[in-house]
Amino acid sequence: MSITLSLVLEQTLNGLQYGVMLFLMAAGLTLVFGIMNLVNLAHGSLYMVGAYLATAFTEKTGSFVLGVALALPATLLVGVLVEVVALRTLYERDHLDQVLATFGLILFFNELVAIIWGRAAIFTSVPRFLSGHFRILPGLPYPTYRAVIILIGVAVAVLLWVLVTRTRLGMRIRAGASNRTMISALGVDIRLLYTLVFGLGAALAGLAGAMAGPIYSVQPGMGEGILIQVFVVIVIGGIGSIRGAIVGAIVVGMADTLGRAFLKPLLATVISPPAADKAGPALASMSIYLLMAAVLFFRPEGLFPARGCS
Amino acid sequence: MRTTTARAALAGLLVAFFAAAPASAQTVKIGFITTLSGPQGAIGEHMKNSVELALDHLGRKVGGLDVEVIYGDDQVKPDVGKQLADEMLKKHKVNFVSGVIWSNVMLAVAPTVTGAGTFMIGTNAGPHELAGKMCHELFFTTSWQNDQTPEAMGKYMQDQNITDVYAMAPNYAAGKDMVSGFKRYFKNKIVGEVYTQLGQQDYQAEISQLRAGNPKAVFVFYPGGMGIQFLKQYAQAGLRGQIPLYSVYTVDEISLPAVKEAALGQFETRYWSPDLKNEANQKYVAEFRKKYGKTPVFYGAQSYDGIMLIDAAVKAVKGDLTNKKGMIAAMRQADYKSTRGPYKYNVNHFPIENFYLLKAVQDPGGELVMQIQKTVFENHKDSYAGECPMKW
Repeated sequence: MSITLSLVLEQTLNGLQYGVMLFLMAAGLTLVFGIMNLVNLAHGSLYMVGAYLATAFTEKTGSFVLGVALALPATLLVGVLVEVVALRTLYERDHLDQVLATFGLILFFNELVAIIWGRAAIFTSVPRFLSGHFRILPGLPYPTYRAVIILIGVAVAVLLWVLVTRTRLGMRIRAGASNRTMISALGVDIRLLYTLVFGLGAALAGLAGAMAGPIYSVQPGMGEGILIQVFVVIVIGGIGSIRGAIVGAIVVGMADTLGRAFLKPLLATVISPPAADKAGPALASMSIYLLMAAVLFFRPEGLFPARGCS
Repeated sequence: MRTTTARAALAGLLVAFFAAAPASAQTVKIGFITTLSGPQGAIGEHMKNSVELALDHLGRKVGGLDVEVIYGDDQVKPDVGKQLADEMLKKHKVNFVSGVIWSNVMLAVAPTVTGAGTFMIGTNAGPHELAGKMCHELFFTTSWQNDQTPEAMGKYMQDQNITDVYAMAPNYAAGKDMVSGFKRYFKNKIVGEVYTQLGQQDYQAEISQLRAGNPKAVFVFYPGGMGIQFLKQYAQAGLRGQIPLYSVYTVDEISLPAVKEAALGQFETRYWSPDLKNEANQKYVAEFRKKYGKTPVFYGAQSYDGIMLIDAAVKAVKGDLTNKKGMIAAMRQADYKSTRGPYKYNVNHFPIENFYLLKAVQDPGGELVMQIQKTVFENHKDSYAGECPMKW
């Protein structure tokens, strides 16, 4: 199969779409990790909660847009609740305790959604007005829904950038990521800041989950698969940095998608096609982890480390 | 006087209790392994419901004995499946292990069970290893060998003289079997052959590659939840109606209610269909609909058959569960009312059965159903029986 320009363009869009989904997840996770020094394994559960709430609200209201719009504040609320009830006591503990406790939260949320909505996966459809496809170039149709995901992801990235670099809250968030002790010494209510950041991260994860629902399936445990990749993103990008989350997410999204698409045909030009058939998919599924290992080797702090650097 | 009556009554009760005890110890224990959680959990639910329906039809007895079924959830993981099998064998001391959806799980479970001298009655997965060199006298299946169904689709597409086909399947034991079976009867040009991760959710990158490969038709194998996602994304990418899609184990009674119009008109090949006209099947389909409010799927029909096969074997040895030779001989006759109609067993204990072409159509009630169009193979044998050293 020949690799044409329009195919590369299409796969780049696919990579971008996957990248922005990862970014929505990574933004919250990296802020929580960077500012609150909390390893939150339950971030994937908030993604799942967002997907379930969006599905439920869509069913109730009959409108997908309204469903997602309602799911956002609802997930934010769930996030705030989790922070106030469970996580506050964990800030002073070491990372191992946090991992244990947030892993417990994963089990809790998986059971909870299974009790409420059942264990079977729920399959929802893309809303009718987004279900078609349009031509980006002659002979190159692209699903409208995925294009909308890209647009929303980019819009959220811009909003976050404005929030972090241009507002007082953003200044505090950046200060918190750089030096937690100093900012509380300067009289900032760090507890409130923590709750706000955690809620914001939860809402973003919920948004990712709500948008993922119609293309994947909504099921208990759906957050764990993506969580691993999100951790790769924040390790590559540098913990605590929004800029790192953007770059890391796009890099991981591209590496995964382009690897799945082009590694096999590229390998086939070097080694025999049957060998490429075997090696291609194997290498493609490893590609993001190889990338992470390489980044860690050359820049152990990630590409854009937040703490100790400007 | 009163106390003696009471004593006699008590003694009578005790005698009755101890007399009854050996009979109740004679219980048929069946360990049923399937997938009950996650996106593939819907398949397991159909299988479990069908087992329960079969037990209902048998009056909650198997071969005239009391029966206990222990269900296990393999989570689509071979290691979990093997652990379940070990637990069923050692802790529950089951007489039969049955079920198993996935070929990779089956390859871990079947040798464990038969190696312990216990019957393995497969009700779905049919990896070629178990039909060939690894065949075993204690292993029977009520389904098919993996290659058989795609062979039927390969033959149909060859007969239609379709060419430039793009083949896709998940990267695991059955995925490889499906494509190799397809290629055994389809001799025209294949322009691409792609294996994706088992359980993958997003096929957009592969669908883009597919379009660029410019095929005239697509052949896929995406069972359970994977099929639902693939069919939806295939339609979202605008390929439905543009490049005809042929599939095996992808469009079925589980995926149809979820994808609806995105599968209308789709062709599949299969050994069974709800509209198959025989007494056992009509009873099974009607009662399943009545009890569970859904149309059953082939996974369920096979599991229902599995219990019926065990029942026939236990009856043939008059409840003597130690008589394994007798039960093997009985099962080889396949002397029970199968939902597919009568069939015979090949030397490797895989069925010799018909395969049909099915189409997803809208019935007068507006429901989407699979309907038999024609018979592709009659009494079709699998291609690996020759490698099986078993003689009988």
